[in-house]
Amino acid sequence: MDLSLFLIQTMNGVQYGLLLFLIASGLTLIFGIMHIINLAHGSLYMVGAYLAFWISSYTGNLFLSILLGLPIAIVLGIVIERFLIQRLYDRDHLDQVLLTFGLILIFDAMQSIIWGNDVHGVPIPDALRGGIMLTENLAYPTYRLFVSGVCLAIAVGMFLLIQKTRLGMIVRGGASNREMVSALGINIRWVYTLVFAAGAGLTAFAGMIAAPISSVYPGMGNSILIICFVVVVIGGLGSIKGAFLGALMVGLVYTWGTVLVPQFAGAAVYALMAAVLLWKPRGLFA
Amino acid sequence: MSVFKHPGAFVRKLAVGASMAAATMLPLSQAAADTIKIGYMLPYSGTFAQLGEMITDGFNLALKENGGKIGDYDVEIVTLDDESNAGRATRNMQQLVSGENVDVVVGTVHSGVAMAMVRVARQQGTILIIPNAGLDAATRQLCGPNIFRTSFSNWQPGYAMGHAAYERGYRNVVTMAWRYGAGQESVAGFKEAFEELGGTVTREFYVPFPEVEFQAQLTEIASMQPDAVYVFFAGGGAVQFVRDYAAAGLKDRVPLIGAGFITEGTLQAQGEAAEGVLSALHYSEALDTEENQAFRQAFHDEYGKYPDIYAVQGYDAAKLLIEGVNQAGTKSRDDLIHAMRNVELSSPRGPITMSRSHNPIQNMYLREVQNGENVVIGTAYEMLEDPGTGCAMRDVN
Amino acid sequence: MRSLPRSVQVFLLALTVLLAFYPVFGEMLVGDRYDYWLQKLTSVMILAIMAVSLDLLVGVTGMVSIAHAAFFGLAGYTMVMVAPEWDAGSIWILLPAAVLAAALAALVMGVLIIRTHGIFFIMATIAFSQMIYYIFHDSDFAGGSDGTYLFGAPTVELFGRELLNLSDRVTLFYVTLVSLLLVYLLLRTMLRAPFGRVLFGIKENEERVRAMGYNPLYYKLVAFVIGGTLAGFAGVLSATQYQFIDPSQVNWHLSAEVLIMVILGGLGTLWGPILGAFAFEGLHYWFSSMTRYWELPMGVVVILMVLVLPKGIAGGVMWVADKLERRPSQKVQREETAAGRPMEVKHD
Repeated sequence: MDLSLFLIQTMNGVQYGLLLFLIASGLTLIFGIMHIINLAHGSLYMVGAYLAFWISSYTGNLFLSILLGLPIAIVLGIVIERFLIQRLYDRDHLDQVLLTFGLILIFDAMQSIIWGNDVHGVPIPDALRGGIMLTENLAYPTYRLFVSGVCLAIAVGMFLLIQKTRLGMIVRGGASNREMVSALGINIRWVYTLVFAAGAGLTAFAGMIAAPISSVYPGMGNSILIICFVVVVIGGLGSIKGAFLGALMVGLVYTWGTVLVPQFAGAAVYALMAAVLLWKPRGLFA
Repeated sequence: MSVFKHPGAFVRKLAVGASMAAATMLPLSQAAADTIKIGYMLPYSGTFAQLGEMITDGFNLALKENGGKIGDYDVEIVTLDDESNAGRATRNMQQLVSGENVDVVVGTVHSGVAMAMVRVARQQGTILIIPNAGLDAATRQLCGPNIFRTSFSNWQPGYAMGHAAYERGYRNVVTMAWRYGAGQESVAGFKEAFEELGGTVTREFYVPFPEVEFQAQLTEIASMQPDAVYVFFAGGGAVQFVRDYAAAGLKDRVPLIGAGFITEGTLQAQGEAAEGVLSALHYSEALDTEENQAFRQAFHDEYGKYPDIYAVQGYDAAKLLIEGVNQAGTKSRDDLIHAMRNVELSSPRGPITMSRSHNPIQNMYLREVQNGENVVIGTAYEMLEDPGTGCAMRDVN
Repeated sequence: MRSLPRSVQVFLLALTVLLAFYPVFGEMLVGDRYDYWLQKLTSVMILAIMAVSLDLLVGVTGMVSIAHAAFFGLAGYTMVMVAPEWDAGSIWILLPAAVLAAALAALVMGVLIIRTHGIFFIMATIAFSQMIYYIFHDSDFAGGSDGTYLFGAPTVELFGRELLNLSDRVTLFYVTLVSLLLVYLLLRTMLRAPFGRVLFGIKENEERVRAMGYNPLYYKLVAFVIGGTLAGFAGVLSATQYQFIDPSQVNWHLSAEVLIMVILGGLGTLWGPILGAFAFEGLHYWFSSMTRYWELPMGVVVILMVLVLPKGIAGGVMWVADKLERRPSQKVQREETAAGRPMEVKHD
């Protein structure tokens, strides 16, 4: 195997990992701050992808669809938090698991009622069509590079937001001490709503920009959910940094697994998780 | 046609030949004597719902053209949605066979579900006509006198394409498919023909079904520079693969060839990326024959849409049954099986006859996508017969 | 674990007897559909075995595991792999092999995750069970994503004589019924022993159990392995019934459904989850006969159940029983806590 091939495959892995980070970051944010396990997280990813498909079939423009679709996803997040999740803050994890599993069932049914069960493709925006020739035979699709760039920008933005701003401080405060934040006169309920909506928005956004790469199909949220769990278990609950590194590791292991041991690529990711758990039972950064 | 004077003896011989198959045929209480009861066990929901509807429409069209009757029998139809759920398939098939006591079951699309149906049919002896599922075993190891297929075996398009690929001068080919029965059997068929003639399959890539992330494999393919890439994907996977293949810049460098499903019902979504893709299949909508034109017109008149390959397979399933009853003059199982085995049809896809293991012997056309249409540019293999390996009926005339 | 009020005992016994006599009166009741319901009831009883064994983990010990389907499916796959390809295998080989495989998997998984708590435990069980799922889904042996078939139901022979014919549906129905009763009685006996008291104690307060000189990790691991083994046993029955196994039987969705059965029936009661299995499958049958989108009403039921009915069917039955027997109210309250779920919940 020559060097350029090695580098390109690594690039494939990083690109997959960055996308995983975008999805997993919302999950870990909600875990870390609200102590809520949201199984319906993958469904929100699916909703994002379907919204991108649905709106762009009218507008013909992916970016416009994201602009229009994102508010819908965020409102959906707010509604779910206000009417359902909020009742769970004093309950145990078992109730959270069940209620959000109920949500998965509802989302799956709604998806087939509204959009049917066909597989759909979402066209790549004209400006990002085509590719950059990396070797004399292989072009790297511009759109994939674009997606990686967006994911990276969001990762940096999130990091700055949480570490450097007042909002981030409140959010971090909420994670470590609810009562104290409340005593500061900050309405913790609204912080939670905001965090949940942000998590939903991030995930739906990931679904939207991934739609042209991954196609849009029933059940797409469920497989991504589990991979996100692996990312979060590796990285440690609630840690954005952990989610970032965990996602990159999973992306690389999966891609290299596909090339080297195709039959066990799916399982290799879990073997990685098992190894991390043996070494650090609470994940790398928790 | 028949070398057997007594159809009953013929079926008994088949039963012995096919070991346990149909050995336990029980005298079941069946539908009223003047009615033939047909069970559709097809997907009407889920990923394959569209296919299930097309097959149903095709079948119903043939019935309608026959005046709504089969022979002298009235037709009663029971419909069951199999949801393409293999876990529930045995139960569903039992329900049609023992609950509803149908004479004939028609189904299905999904190979895993079809496998369960074949197993129940072997035990109970009910006639089963498979209008799509291509699993090789249905007319090989698991064949039975009462089991017929009007579609194809996965091996067939693959084998035909292997021939065509060699004839076009390709010598080193990489294959890529979903890691499931249909994909693996299709690749096996391709490899058998291609390597028989002297070509080499340099590498076989498999992707977990139904995943659509192909980037890592496409990178490998670009570095290997084969003469062509043979693929088996269908539906959404076919759309995504053809688009990714073009996006990776491979389209103009390495020819893409495949079993026909790579460009079947997907051309609109694939658009420009599909131009020039070569595939082998037993049908093309663009097939220029009288039978095909007439069928397409009749189907459009009836349903307001144009038929596809699945509608043809459903149509032929009904034709097989109608012709069988006409020739046997009865729906009595042994006589009917014997007649169906020797039916010859002028299908919209061309002539078909049943192989001794009850898989259609048919032309495999070579198609090239030109201006968004699967244009027939030749015959990849004429009247191709599945070898029926492992089917004991294979040698019974 | 206390003994049940007399009226509940009578109620459960009556249901069991009713079920046991289905093969006798079923044909009168449902006519043509007799055979269908016979198989359906068998499959529900198999799910009930899974549910009652999951209750040992979730309801008794407080470990919310979403890995139960992994052991169930693994046992089925083991049967397929051990059995001859073109002949029926012997139960004396298949049953121990399959159950042992499930037990081993539970032991390995348990060792890896037993130290984790709360959300982390839940996610780790999902993730590991999906690892088993992907091993079967992505590789060539045992049919990959298509699934694969057993050649036939296992034979039950002793010295060349056939004892039971498991292909016979009525026989399998009774074998499953007896299995369900045995599993229930086994767990019940176990929970009445000191071992059971430690497990209940772990759910209430793990630290206190430790302070009393027990090692909770050891007890949790043993419970996890017992639960997984019994799920494997249910997997053997299921593979015998359908002679088919595919990755969907290893998927975490099945685990989640069984978890719903446990909650729907009543956490920590053992008999509740059995009723829960029947209720869930009944709802499933009812909804899917009404609409192709059965997941929608089912999702609503699940959410409502969490929000308004946390004690499940068992809670309702106990309430009625207590009314009937006019127990002193103070006692009722204490029993309800034992039958339901802890009132006090802390985050971790």
